[in-house]
Amino acid sequence: MKNNFLSFVKKESLHILRDNRTMLIVMLIPVVLMILFGFAISTEVNNIRIAAVAPDRTDGVRDAVARIAQNDYFSFYGYIGNDRIDQKLRSGEVNAVVVFAPDYDRRMAQVAAGVPSPPVIQLILDASNVNTAGAATAYLQNILLGSASQQALFETRMLFNPQMKSAFNFVPGIMGLIFILVCAMMTSVSIVREKEAGTMEVLLVSPVRPVKIILAKMIPYFVISCIVLVMILFLAYYLLEVPMSGGVAGIFSLSLLYLLLSLALGLFVSTIARTQVAALLISAMVLMLPILMLSGLLFPIENLPKFFQIISNIVPARWYIDAIRKMMIQGAPLLEVWVNGTVLFGMTVVLLGVSFKKFNDKLE
Amino acid sequence: MEAIEVYHISKRFGSVQALDSVSFTVRPGELFGLIGPDGAGKTTLFRLLTTLLTPDSGSAKVDGYDIVRDYLAIRSHVGYMPGRFSLYPDLTVEENLDFFAALFGVTVEESYDLVAPVYKQIEPFRKRRAGKLSGGMKQKLALSCALIHRPHVLFLDEPTTGVDAVSRSEFWDMLAGLKQRGITILVSTPYMDEASRCDRIALCNEGRILGIDTPEDIVHRFEERLYAIRADQMFPLLAQARQVEGVMECYPFGETHHLVADSRFDVGNFVQQLSGLDGLTIRPVEPTIEDVFIKWMKR
Repeated sequence: MKNNFLSFVKKESLHILRDNRTMLIVMLIPVVLMILFGFAISTEVNNIRIAAVAPDRTDGVRDAVARIAQNDYFSFYGYIGNDRIDQKLRSGEVNAVVVFAPDYDRRMAQVAAGVPSPPVIQLILDASNVNTAGAATAYLQNILLGSASQQALFETRMLFNPQMKSAFNFVPGIMGLIFILVCAMMTSVSIVREKEAGTMEVLLVSPVRPVKIILAKMIPYFVISCIVLVMILFLAYYLLEVPMSGGVAGIFSLSLLYLLLSLALGLFVSTIARTQVAALLISAMVLMLPILMLSGLLFPIENLPKFFQIISNIVPARWYIDAIRKMMIQGAPLLEVWVNGTVLFGMTVVLLGVSFKKFNDKLE
Repeated sequence: MEAIEVYHISKRFGSVQALDSVSFTVRPGELFGLIGPDGAGKTTLFRLLTTLLTPDSGSAKVDGYDIVRDYLAIRSHVGYMPGRFSLYPDLTVEENLDFFAALFGVTVEESYDLVAPVYKQIEPFRKRRAGKLSGGMKQKLALSCALIHRPHVLFLDEPTTGVDAVSRSEFWDMLAGLKQRGITILVSTPYMDEASRCDRIALCNEGRILGIDTPEDIVHRFEERLYAIRADQMFPLLAQARQVEGVMECYPFGETHHLVADSRFDVGNFVQQLSGLDGLTIRPVEPTIEDVFIKWMKR
C-alpha cells in the first residue's frame, strides 16, 4: 500500500505544479512581503526636515544646528524668520522648527551651572503624522540636551537591535503570516475542491481511508512551505541582515512545527467549509485577521485591551512570532522558548485530532 | 445471492422525502435501469448503495454485504461513476487512470483486458488533459476508471446525460459488453428511449418506484387504447380533447398529443365534438414506456 500512497502524493504534486499561477503567487508573496516590510514600510523615521529660528546666531546656536544637520535622521532646511514658522509647517516644507531663545548662550550656561531657568528652546512640530512627530521630538531632545549638560543624565543602550531596524520586527511576523497563507489556505482549498468537484465521492468509494488521502495531500504543501521557509530565512539573513543569533537550526525546527500546525489548521477549515470560496473566506477572515491584529505583528500585545490580550493566547501565530523574535533578534536558543514550542505542539495535536475525527468518510 | 437487494429503504433531507420505502432486487450479471426524471431520488439511491449515505430506515445489500455494517467491504467491490464528471481535469487521461488504479491498489496492466474495449477509444488521447476531452470521451474515461479494479457491481448515475446521441449509443454498446463479462450494472437515466437497452427497468418518481419489469413487458401493463392526435392548432386541440366523453387523459407527446381512451370512447364521435381545428388526424398507436410512466405517475 506504500506504493499507492506515493501515487497520491504524485497526483497532488501534479495538481499544484499545473496550477502555475497559484505556484507563482505562493513563491512571490513571501519575497514581496519581505521586501515591502523590510524596506518600504518602515516605522523608522528618516529625513525629517528641520528649520531653525534664531534671533542671535551665537556659537552655541551654530553648534546645536550643526549637530542637527549632521544627524542621519534630519536634514537641515535653513534659518527662517519668526513669522514664517506657521507657513513653513503648513506647506509641509519642514516637519519641525527649533526656536532658540535670543540669549541662548547665556541661559545654557546657567542651565549647565545648575541655575533654574525658563525654557531655552522651543520645538514646534507638525504632528499630523504622529510617528514622525514623536520620533523627531525624542531625537531632537537627545541631541539638544547633550549640549546642555556636559554630563548626560541618561545613558541609553538599545540591545539586540541597536539601530532599531523595523525589518527585525517584521520578519518573524511575516513568517507567522506566510505559513498560514501557504499551508492552511492552500490545503483547505485543495481538499474542499475535491468535495466541490465531486471527486471526493469517487475517492470515498474506494478501499483507501480518507486519512491517507488527506495526509498525501499535505505532503506537497509541506514541501513547498519548507522551500518558502528557506527562502525567507535566506532573504532575512542576507538582504535584511537579521542576526539569527539564536541559531538557524532552532528557528528552522520551530518553524517546521508551525508548518505542521498550519497544515492542521487547513485541514480543520476543510472539515467546516463546503465550498472553495467558503474555505478561502474562513482562512482569510478567521485565520489572517487575528494574525494581523492579535499576534503582535502590527501592534504590541501589551497595548491591546485586556480582553483581546486573553484572546490572543489562542492565536498560534502569537506564540510562534514571539518565539522567533526571541531567537532571531535576542539570540535565545531553542530551549529558552520551550513554553512557546509546547503550546504550538499542543495546538497541533488537538487540531489534528479534532480534524481527523471530524473528517467524514460519508457525505453527511 | 442477488447482486443488489433493497428492502423498504427511506431517506429524508430536511422536508424532502428523497426516497420513500423503495424495494427491488438486481440479479447477478443483470443490466438494471432506473428510469425517472430529476428529483426521482436516483442519485440518493446510488449514494446509499455506494455507502456514501446511510438510510433513515430499511436495509440493503450489495454483493452480499450490508450497506451500513459492511460499508468498507462494499467500497472495494463496486465501481461508481457519479452523475457529473468526477475526474481530475488538470491531469491527463493516463494520469487519471493510473491514479484510480493506485487508489484501488491495482495496476492498469492487470485490468487492461477488462478496461480495453472502453479505454482503447480514448487511448490515442492519453497525453491530453481530461478537462479538454469531449463529453463522450470524458464518460469513457470515467467508465474506464470505474472499471479499473474489476468491480463486481457497477453503479452508473446518469452516465449519458450531456453526451451526444452517437456517444450515448456507443456507451450502451459498451455496457452490453461489460454485462457479457458478468458485471452487474445498475444504471440510471432520464431518457426513456435508453430503457430498452436494459434487461429490466424500474420507473421511479418522487422517491418511489412506480413499477419494475422488462422493457418489453412493461408496455403491456398499459391496457387502455391509445391514440395519437394532431391538428394545426395543437393547444386548442389539447384543451378541447380533454372535454370529450371517454377521454381519460390527453397530454403532449413529441409532435402529437397522446390520448388515453376508455370503453365509451368512439373516434367518430370524438371528431364531431371538436370545432375550429384544421388538419386534424387521429390514429391508434402502441404505448411506449413514457406512456406507462405518465399513467403510473398520475395514479
